[in-house]
Amino acid sequence: MNPSIATDRTHQPSRLPKLKLKLSTVIVAILAIVWLLFSFYPIFYIMFSSFHDQKGFLIGNIWLPPADPTIKNYVDVINAGFVRFFLNSAFVSVISVLCIVTFSLMASFVLVNVKTATSRSILNLFLVALAIPIQALIIPIYTMVYRANLYDNLWGIILPSIAFGLPLTILILVNFLRDIPSSLYEAMIIDGVGEYSLLYHLVIPLSIPALFAVGIYQFIQVWNNFLFPLVLTQSENKRLLPLAVFAFVGEHSVNVPGIMAAVVLSALPLILGYIFSRKYLLAAMSAAMAVSK
Amino acid sequence: MNWNDIVHVIGFPLKIRMVETLLFRRLNLKLFLLLIPALLFFFVFVIFPVFKALHTSFFEDDGINPPSWVGLSNWETVLRSRDIYHSLWLTVEVMILCWVVQTPLSLLLGLFLSKERRSTNILSVFYFTPLLFSAAVVGIAWGYILNPNFGLLAAILTKVFGVSTVPDLLGNPRVVIFTLVAVISWQFIPFHTLLYQSGARSIPAALYEAAELDGVNAWTRLWHITIPQMKNTIITSSVLILTGSLTYFDLIFVLTNGGPGDASNVIALEMYKTAFQQYQFGLGSVVAIIMTIFGLLLSLVLVKVTGFSRMESQMEGV
Repeated sequence: MNPSIATDRTHQPSRLPKLKLKLSTVIVAILAIVWLLFSFYPIFYIMFSSFHDQKGFLIGNIWLPPADPTIKNYVDVINAGFVRFFLNSAFVSVISVLCIVTFSLMASFVLVNVKTATSRSILNLFLVALAIPIQALIIPIYTMVYRANLYDNLWGIILPSIAFGLPLTILILVNFLRDIPSSLYEAMIIDGVGEYSLLYHLVIPLSIPALFAVGIYQFIQVWNNFLFPLVLTQSENKRLLPLAVFAFVGEHSVNVPGIMAAVVLSALPLILGYIFSRKYLLAAMSAAMAVSK
Repeated sequence: MNWNDIVHVIGFPLKIRMVETLLFRRLNLKLFLLLIPALLFFFVFVIFPVFKALHTSFFEDDGINPPSWVGLSNWETVLRSRDIYHSLWLTVEVMILCWVVQTPLSLLLGLFLSKERRSTNILSVFYFTPLLFSAAVVGIAWGYILNPNFGLLAAILTKVFGVSTVPDLLGNPRVVIFTLVAVISWQFIPFHTLLYQSGARSIPAALYEAAELDGVNAWTRLWHITIPQMKNTIITSSVLILTGSLTYFDLIFVLTNGGPGDASNVIALEMYKTAFQQYQFGLGSVVAIIMTIFGLLLSLVLVKVTGFSRMESQMEGV
């Protein structure tokens, strides 16, 4: 939805300004601006530092965008291999998310609709797994990936990422699929439709919005993951973005504008998503919450 | 600890609604095939590693030479050293500080943004922007912002407030934890604000209208309507903050690497350093298991304190 339309609609016909400003309104307004400075100013600073040249960064005014903006920092960062890192991140995130969503949907369909002790236990097992932090399992995962000859290989990141994305996605989808009215299933079963086409022709079309929401949520998780690339890769051409920014800092620690450009580029898909569909992105980010209501 | 308790703890904040829409009475082969990919990945990369970590904790293992059985000696080494207690204590400190800072601020911001006004709509566009960056990258950016020589904070303090000596907020062992909590809060308050915003929007307006008719003031409305109505959101957000504190790794690793000295060496960093910088996988696994046990105990305490499982069963009755 276009944000400008949304603001226009809420625009009220102008009234005469009230002469008496309430004290509480003033306090709220001041606090709101203080919080605006604290929460957004660092981002503003990152953005405009990334368009400064080195000298301009050191002597420039901290409150204003650079007088003569340059895209040299972005060129430098791209020349340092960021296109490669971007593609690596995109590859890992897209494959992981497709597998997470597909496998989770298949499993949730069964776990929702089969009434046996086994399926209940499997669901409980996924629930318990939510308490296991990635960090606690990184040592055995490293050993396994190393033994499987997948160390320093993007597939060595993809496979465990899929596994860690499953529990939350399955639980979100199980909650969602439970809301599909059983009359819809029954009508199709009476027509003699089999299990797989029930999934394909009924469940998938009805759950597209939920699949997109969990897909975006998991995309962000995988895209931002730092520990897996840190532990499971080594060579430069296997780096994913957050790790690449970290490595860039190690190599160019005094080039602050360049580092800020790298920071901006590493979050590019999310920044674009935020600009073009803010409400949807925020809703997807709290997708984990949607089920607790 | 019974099975139901575990599921309630761990499943938090995800509640599984028990609506009987079950179609199939048996798990036939066709259905079982649909479960296989998820189960396979889950068992290989989540369940098996849990046991593998426990197994490794009894071996001396540097990742290169074949591991050798050392019995309980890794456990003795870890439990006798002061490091593990220090990093556990730091973790608890971060956890409590994060809760104390984030909960009231997120609650107030969520309430403030829950009213659909032009001003709050515009402000919320900016308030939520910290969510767009990964924890590692937030750490990198803040490292430069806080740099006492040429960072943004130094520039503001010297140019706006005329301060001559800029404090080194990351290099001082006494304040480093507070600095980290501030940066963590900067990143996560927007997320919790989002939770409180949607929580506040689901409070029935009729409650406030009735209160207004009775001439109840704002403070009383907050204490007697808003907070009780948002109890679930408060509990959910608090549990996410408290259990999440255990796993802050990226940001602290990037900003301080546990330093200066070991002043910010929380448990996740202690585990990483032992395993991947000193190449002692046996000792690292002991730390990892302590971390997991700590997390489970924490969840259990939270269930007891918040009475979550009872609350959930009440909700199912509605």
